[in-house]
Amino acid sequence: MINRLKPKISKQGSFVLIFLLLSSICAFGQEQKTKDIITNPGVLITIVLILIPLLIAVYLATAKVRNLVKKVKAQDVNEQKTAISQSLREDELKTLRQSLENRKTAVEYKLTNKELGGDLPPEDAKGMIHRVSEVNIARFIPDKKRSTKRPSVNPELAKLIIWYLGGAAFWLVLGTSIGEYLGIKFVAPDVDHISWLSFGRLRPVHTNMVFWGWCSLAMIGLGYYVVYTVSNTIVKSLKSAWLAFWLINASVMLGSLSLMAGINNGGGEYREYIWPIMLLFAIGVVITLINYLNIIAKRATKEIYVSNWYIVSAVIFTIVITLVAYLPFWQNGLGETIAQGYYMHQGVGMWFMLFVLGLVYYFLPQQLNTPIYSYSLGILAFWTQILFYTVIGTHHFIFSAIPWWLQTTAIVGSVGMLIPVAAGTTNFLMTMRGNFHKVGSSYTLPFYLVGIVFYFTGSYQGTAEAFRSANLYWHFTDFTVAHSHLTMYGIITFFLWAFIYTLVPRLTGKEPTHGLVGAHFWMALIGMMFYTVPLMIGSTLRGVEWMEGKPFIDTVANMAPYWVWRAIGGSLMWASHLIFAYNLYTMTRKSGDIDTQTVLFNQLNREDNI
Amino acid sequence: MEIYNNHKRLFIVATVMFLALTLYAALIPAYRAQEDNAPLPNSKPLTEQELAGKAVYVKEGCIACHTQQVRNVDMDKVWGERPSIASDYARNKRTDFWRNTANLLGSERTGPDLTEIGKRQPSKEWNLIHLFNPRSVVGQSVMPAYPWLFEIKESAAAADVIVQVPEEYRKGITGDIVATEDALNLVAYLQSLKQVSLPDGRPVPKFLYPKEATPALAGMPAAESGGLDGASLYAANCQSCHQANGEGLPGAFPSLKGSSIVLDPDPTALITVIMKGYNGRAKEGFPEMPAIGTNNNLKPEEISAIISHERTSWGNDAKKVSVEEVKAILDQIGK
Repeated sequence: MINRLKPKISKQGSFVLIFLLLSSICAFGQEQKTKDIITNPGVLITIVLILIPLLIAVYLATAKVRNLVKKVKAQDVNEQKTAISQSLREDELKTLRQSLENRKTAVEYKLTNKELGGDLPPEDAKGMIHRVSEVNIARFIPDKKRSTKRPSVNPELAKLIIWYLGGAAFWLVLGTSIGEYLGIKFVAPDVDHISWLSFGRLRPVHTNMVFWGWCSLAMIGLGYYVVYTVSNTIVKSLKSAWLAFWLINASVMLGSLSLMAGINNGGGEYREYIWPIMLLFAIGVVITLINYLNIIAKRATKEIYVSNWYIVSAVIFTIVITLVAYLPFWQNGLGETIAQGYYMHQGVGMWFMLFVLGLVYYFLPQQLNTPIYSYSLGILAFWTQILFYTVIGTHHFIFSAIPWWLQTTAIVGSVGMLIPVAAGTTNFLMTMRGNFHKVGSSYTLPFYLVGIVFYFTGSYQGTAEAFRSANLYWHFTDFTVAHSHLTMYGIITFFLWAFIYTLVPRLTGKEPTHGLVGAHFWMALIGMMFYTVPLMIGSTLRGVEWMEGKPFIDTVANMAPYWVWRAIGGSLMWASHLIFAYNLYTMTRKSGDIDTQTVLFNQLNREDNI
Repeated sequence: MEIYNNHKRLFIVATVMFLALTLYAALIPAYRAQEDNAPLPNSKPLTEQELAGKAVYVKEGCIACHTQQVRNVDMDKVWGERPSIASDYARNKRTDFWRNTANLLGSERTGPDLTEIGKRQPSKEWNLIHLFNPRSVVGQSVMPAYPWLFEIKESAAAADVIVQVPEEYRKGITGDIVATEDALNLVAYLQSLKQVSLPDGRPVPKFLYPKEATPALAGMPAAESGGLDGASLYAANCQSCHQANGEGLPGAFPSLKGSSIVLDPDPTALITVIMKGYNGRAKEGFPEMPAIGTNNNLKPEEISAIISHERTSWGNDAKKVSVEEVKAILDQIGK
């Protein structure tokens, strides 16, 4: 295992070294003068990240054009042929036609595909033919592979998971409706004058609702399936899991109402809920930890599968993070800000990212029907994530009054994050290698692919933003908002959708309409691009204007078109969530008709037993 | 490897590693920041009214768009005289049993930084109109309106603070718009936001990444007054009251268009108003003008650019004022 790891590390090592060198130039060069924006390493990295999909698009476009040219040329040849045949004499034509026809038959000779099988209709004695798809039927939406039947899950566990996912979907729809409304407020600030709906009160409602309501509930629910399955053990009691479910929902509900009423914790992002409300959530997380640990302790396998390291560590770390954020002993004066920087970034990195990575390590190989490429890379990513991510929190307060060494530590940690991200991405992509043809015929794998791509680009963008020189342009602008949507949406949410579309048909035996999953996918993806790309462009320009010392209000006015695009992209995203909710409903609704197959088999089993 | 087969060992090792790094990167620095920084000797604790105003600031979530930190980079010079330091926040303690400390540094600057708003925009009248509807004074603003901080009264009592909202933003309101206690407290808090000077002898932290003197851009009018753009300086310093068209707001801020002080061939009065403030038109209902030039540390070059812009725009046609003249007048009025 170790030997396999070595060459990979050295390759990544040199890659990382280049980035470290780049970063050290700006991280320690606080004396240097402002350079041209284009030579700024942060900007360079972003340009490269943007260029990758662009170059692919250019390549595809060139291929299309080449095909088109070929077609036109073929037309020319045809015309020449006709001209020649018209100029020939009658007798010449006869012999020529004969030889041409002979040649034609020879060239066009094809096997009938019936040489071995004959003309008889197939007899499917072993039930191998599933769905007969006629090639000559017009297909607007290509057929996707159906979810394969899996051994049935304990119905109690299935019900619990479906409720967690249903609750999550509810908060997703509500939370993003609020987000969409906030986006509209940038364009139409006078759309309402109701105190409970004003921007400052509603913004934390949106962020907390999608964090604790949508992502957290979905993750914990999916976690139950993974932790049980890879521990290969049986379900004992799920009573406390239900209690945790209601506690978390109550926390989000009460938290949202109290924020709208103007009761908040004092302003730190994602810890706007006051402690009694956050305590409900924390108890829910502690219950989850106890359940997960109990399952793992009773596992039937010797080793602990990599998913479980990630998932359980995420839950343990989150409890620590919440304590650091809410205990009062270090929160006076600037201590509050340092705790805030730590909390908000550990929240996203150690709770959402670590947990979801654990889920990827289970669901991705499952869905591809192939083992994970490298256990060693998983180990490397796990420990380096802890090592580097824990220290990067304060990179949200670069150039602020917090100690300079702490800011530098955070920047170095941000650069260090290149290692776990590269290791994780490599692992996932290498697992997919040889299976890319499955993406086109699957309705879940596109979600995985998007998640992996943004895991790489979104995380590297975070590193780029942390450099002091890049921070100059982007800090305090909407670039941060674009980044957090690329990551919380592009990575976390896309992965969660991937898992849900993978798992729920297994639990219920019902599939969503494939066309609607496609609509959900494309609207969410295109919407996210419309949301983030204009916002990144506009905010970069705004940062440049600030540096040039333009009047502040002009830099507000100049953002207007980009805010409009953001609202348009947001609308697409929001509409896609409605489709998702409907898909989840079709996967879980109780149908009136009885599953005759199951009834029959039960009957037969009983007869056998007798 | 054994560790991956033993869940107790694995999770204990991971947790200990995480805790150690948490101590190093969060708990110890946070505790030290709390213990090692005393408030600056020149700073004052917030009064009861200002504290109540801060509570409104927190309640309304102003932090979503406004920062309160001057970073030690050149571009932040517009927000304060010096970079913010840890001692600036040392007076902030836990709000109450239910709520945490509110430093309000913020992470988004959709709206301007407010570290020195008490100095930059001290006018109570302006702040109240702006809170009632920001677009009534700053047309391009996207800030929410806060009408619930005001009440409508048929006839205001003598003690009430009436807000002179421009006609088009009254929207069918017939009575007087009166500021509530919350609004007055919030404005008092905003007025209290000022940087405190460092005690003598303490080195002032530097602004990093100083802007290089850029040659005038092609296509930009090579203005007089040291090449400064009077229109954008006007926008940054004067426009929020006197408006982009120079006409002010009737009943709230006087017009500069056709103003006798602005058009006076001798700019002494105009420069005095800018540097020392003005209360000469209180009888007409206009509030006192703050000493904006002194508050914002305007340099003679900038004053020259601003007043030349004022004297030659919106139909005004007085002659421009050179930097030398401004310097002479500043000496004369003792500024």
